[in-house]
Amino acid sequence: MKIGNLIRLVIFGLLLVFLIQPELFAGFFGLFTKNNQPAIYNQGSLLDITLNHLGIVAAATLASTIIAVGLAIVVTRPFGAEFLPLSRSLANIGQTFPPVAVLALAVPMLGFGTAPTLVALFLYGLLPIFENTLTGLTNLPPAVTDAAKGVGMSGWQRLIKVELPLALPVILAGVRLSVVISLATATIGSTVAARTLGEVIIAGLLSSNTAFVLQGGLIVGVLAVLIYDALSALERFLMKRTGQLGRA
Amino acid sequence: MIEIDDITKAYEGTVVVDHVSLTIEPRSICVIVGTSGSGKTTLMRMINKLVEPTSGHIRIDGQDIAEIPAYELRRRIGYAIQGHGLFPHRTVGQNVATVPKLLGWDKKKTADRVDELLSLFQLDPAEFRNRLPHELSGGQQQRVGVARALAAGPNILLMDEPYGALDPVIRAKAQEDLLSIQRKFGTTVVLVTHDMEEAIHLGDKIAVMDKGKLLQFAKPEEIIAHPATPFVAELIGTSERPFRLLSLAKVADHIEAGEVGGEPIEASASLRDAYAELLWSGRPALPVRRDGSIVGQVTLARLSQLAARPQ
Repeated sequence: MKIGNLIRLVIFGLLLVFLIQPELFAGFFGLFTKNNQPAIYNQGSLLDITLNHLGIVAAATLASTIIAVGLAIVVTRPFGAEFLPLSRSLANIGQTFPPVAVLALAVPMLGFGTAPTLVALFLYGLLPIFENTLTGLTNLPPAVTDAAKGVGMSGWQRLIKVELPLALPVILAGVRLSVVISLATATIGSTVAARTLGEVIIAGLLSSNTAFVLQGGLIVGVLAVLIYDALSALERFLMKRTGQLGRA
Repeated sequence: MIEIDDITKAYEGTVVVDHVSLTIEPRSICVIVGTSGSGKTTLMRMINKLVEPTSGHIRIDGQDIAEIPAYELRRRIGYAIQGHGLFPHRTVGQNVATVPKLLGWDKKKTADRVDELLSLFQLDPAEFRNRLPHELSGGQQQRVGVARALAAGPNILLMDEPYGALDPVIRAKAQEDLLSIQRKFGTTVVLVTHDMEEAIHLGDKIAVMDKGKLLQFAKPEEIIAHPATPFVAELIGTSERPFRLLSLAKVADHIEAGEVGGEPIEASASLRDAYAELLWSGRPALPVRRDGSIVGQVTLARLSQLAARPQ
């Protein structure tokens, strides 16, 4: 465990240094270039692009979380139960649509740039969060939900004080899946001129510069692994705190 | 007083509780006993409206509970269940404070009440207040569960198989705690169990249920001596009857004059314990001790008479 954290810390440090001072790594990436191609991406700051990439993912995930959790809450209340099948199929459709197709459809309406990418990531992120929130809210320990009713909590109080806090680790697992998918999927946003790390990869592919492709890919990959681990750790902490470790 | 008046609950044609009427006296312990599927839990859950009856009425102190909003009614009625149902993400203190908080008590009053109840259940407030439920033993969790149910000082306490998950030693202790707390607060307790031994030990009156019907509602002595149906007799256990009868009375009430030697028995012990000791030690009589001094004797002959079927 400790060694794992040490490795994560070192990788995070390397990533930071690379984003701030990419020239320090020119020697390494130079190994992958031919014909005196530039070793380091030179059409913009890697740090800016990475922050923008993260920003798009964060905004899309935040929107998916709000909508998916809200929807899951509504369909698990007595008045919303009949919408459960409908909302499930809607979220499923969002997932089955290839993101490229969403981009292609969204560009005529929203124009080139960040907006269509946000829409694609938002739709793509809905399902894992929605499904996990449903699981979390419907698989609560029966004795606890019974007690919450029995002590005289209203429906709203049960949701806020008991159901959501207990479902939180499971909801978070959905958010984690969604974030990791979005981090990777956001790269194709660059095909419609969104400023993401896909830009670096595409530039590499167009000029046959393996170093660029590697840079873009590595940054996305390392970010995905680090964020995944951080959210997993947060989940474990929450599970442990509520004595649910080993439950779901 | 809880008046259950011709109550019926049916789920899609299956009758779970079938025209049950009974009146539970204030400040008494009523135990509803039956096998699983007898409708005992459903009957109890209708008292705090966790289940809505199909027909019939329940009145608490004369007021029909149909007129009271469910959440308001439940805040007035303590509710303790098997597996304690503590909120795992909230501390022991927060769990106990649940109902006072819902009722809007101020912080000081709530905190004082939490400490008072924890002390009452032999849980040192300073040590346990900020612990999480999963850090407690089964017996401690169960005590916190009952403390939470009693936090707002309800007149009525509903308990659904509260000791089902406890081992025999801790269960006996928990039952003694319940009896002394019930005496202290004068709470009306409705307790559901499948264990006739527990019912006889705790109940002022016992309601025996089977297949949704109330078979008998009577004092433990009456149920043991005159079971209303063969099923009730079976539940008591024919070979257990004399011992169950003895378990209801204390040595203190049957002391005879006379002096015998040997190891004495406490006056607070049950006649059943005295009988077992007589048989085990092979003596015809035991000296009885109260507050450290010998006050008389209890004899095998007398106990044999008392164990016979009352006429």
